[in-house]
Amino acid sequence: MTKKQNFLKGIFSENPVFVLILGMCPVLGVTSTLFGALGMGVAFTLVLVLSNIIVSMIKNFIPNEVRIPSFIVVIATLVTIVQLTMQAYLPDLYNQLGIFIPLIVVNCVILGRAEAFASKNNILDSTIDGLGMGIGYTIAIAMLAFIRELFGAGTLTLFMYGDVNIKFNLIPNNAFEPISILILAPGAFITLGLLLGVINAIKFNIENKKSVGRS
Amino acid sequence: MSTSDLIKLGIEAILIQNVILTQFLGICPFMGVSKKSQSAIGMGLAVIFVMVISSGVTFVINDLILQPNKITYLQTIVFILVISGVVQFVEMFIKKTAPFIYKTLGIYLPLITTNCAILGIALINVQPEKEFGYAEMFVYTIGISIGFTLVIYIFSTIRERLENANVPKAFKGTPIALITAGIMSIIFLGFAGLV
Repeated sequence: MTKKQNFLKGIFSENPVFVLILGMCPVLGVTSTLFGALGMGVAFTLVLVLSNIIVSMIKNFIPNEVRIPSFIVVIATLVTIVQLTMQAYLPDLYNQLGIFIPLIVVNCVILGRAEAFASKNNILDSTIDGLGMGIGYTIAIAMLAFIRELFGAGTLTLFMYGDVNIKFNLIPNNAFEPISILILAPGAFITLGLLLGVINAIKFNIENKKSVGRS
Repeated sequence: MSTSDLIKLGIEAILIQNVILTQFLGICPFMGVSKKSQSAIGMGLAVIFVMVISSGVTFVINDLILQPNKITYLQTIVFILVISGVVQFVEMFIKKTAPFIYKTLGIYLPLITTNCAILGIALINVQPEKEFGYAEMFVYTIGISIGFTLVIYIFSTIRERLENANVPKAFKGTPIALITAGIMSIIFLGFAGLV
């Protein structure tokens, strides 16, 4: 596998959200605003890349029997660092993400990459793998948040820190009523279900075209 | 807190703040282990069992060790280690003493370590703004875990029927299951004014 393929697999063929359907709790929980989703994506990518680097560095010193608990300690340490940093410098984001920041520890994607990839490959490949997976995850939750916030509230929040508030109001003068169920809890499930269905439909379409072209 | 307040808290935990449908915790087992109602019940019971024990243990550790020493920033690391230890211990214990229970719950126990509902509820219980004492903590945790079991069981019975339904090819499996969960979530929104 070339480095480029290794990077792109996390975004397309092995996208953690759309293809592997792993780590769903934050996907549903933080996507009511675009800002929350992007923040979660960055925090997730940071933890994933760093944990992949550290795990691939220490893989030769760890006895096989205790590798999972050791990986969990590494991940939990990184998550705590990210959590405290975010609490200090981005309190608005921290309050919005709430419980889902410490829960990055039990996100199956991170432990899964540590176990399936980083513990068998060198540092460079593990970094690229972590970056690809992290960016794939961020794109997926940003897509979901974009749909939910745009149609559910009519706004797109890009950044929020104290007085700085970058927010686009996309419905001029209340031209139509936003579908507010989309930013409530049920909207998360329904939007993700529809999005997965559309992606499947596109995938089947491409496969059909390929098989027609071949025959 | 009086008894009636505790009952209110319990009902709130089961229906209004339902762990799956409104707090989005424990989605992985909810989607993964809900294809058959038998396995859904097994998973639900295992979650009740482990969640009550691990929340109790982590609450005591937080109360007696982390808080007096002002090291609550270690909560995430300590809790996840305690939970995986508790799960291992529970597994060995019931294997030895109650082989019958082990037969039904055994395969779900290792899966529970990565169930974010367990760590999530342990962390929510110790949030300072909740101001939970021991009684509130137990009632809330039991309510949340019963809510989990209730929803995963209802969902599994719906999914058993969905297997035979005529669903468009692209929506088969996870997409239609997520939309079903969304409709269930709308129903649970209706409980909001109950307490």
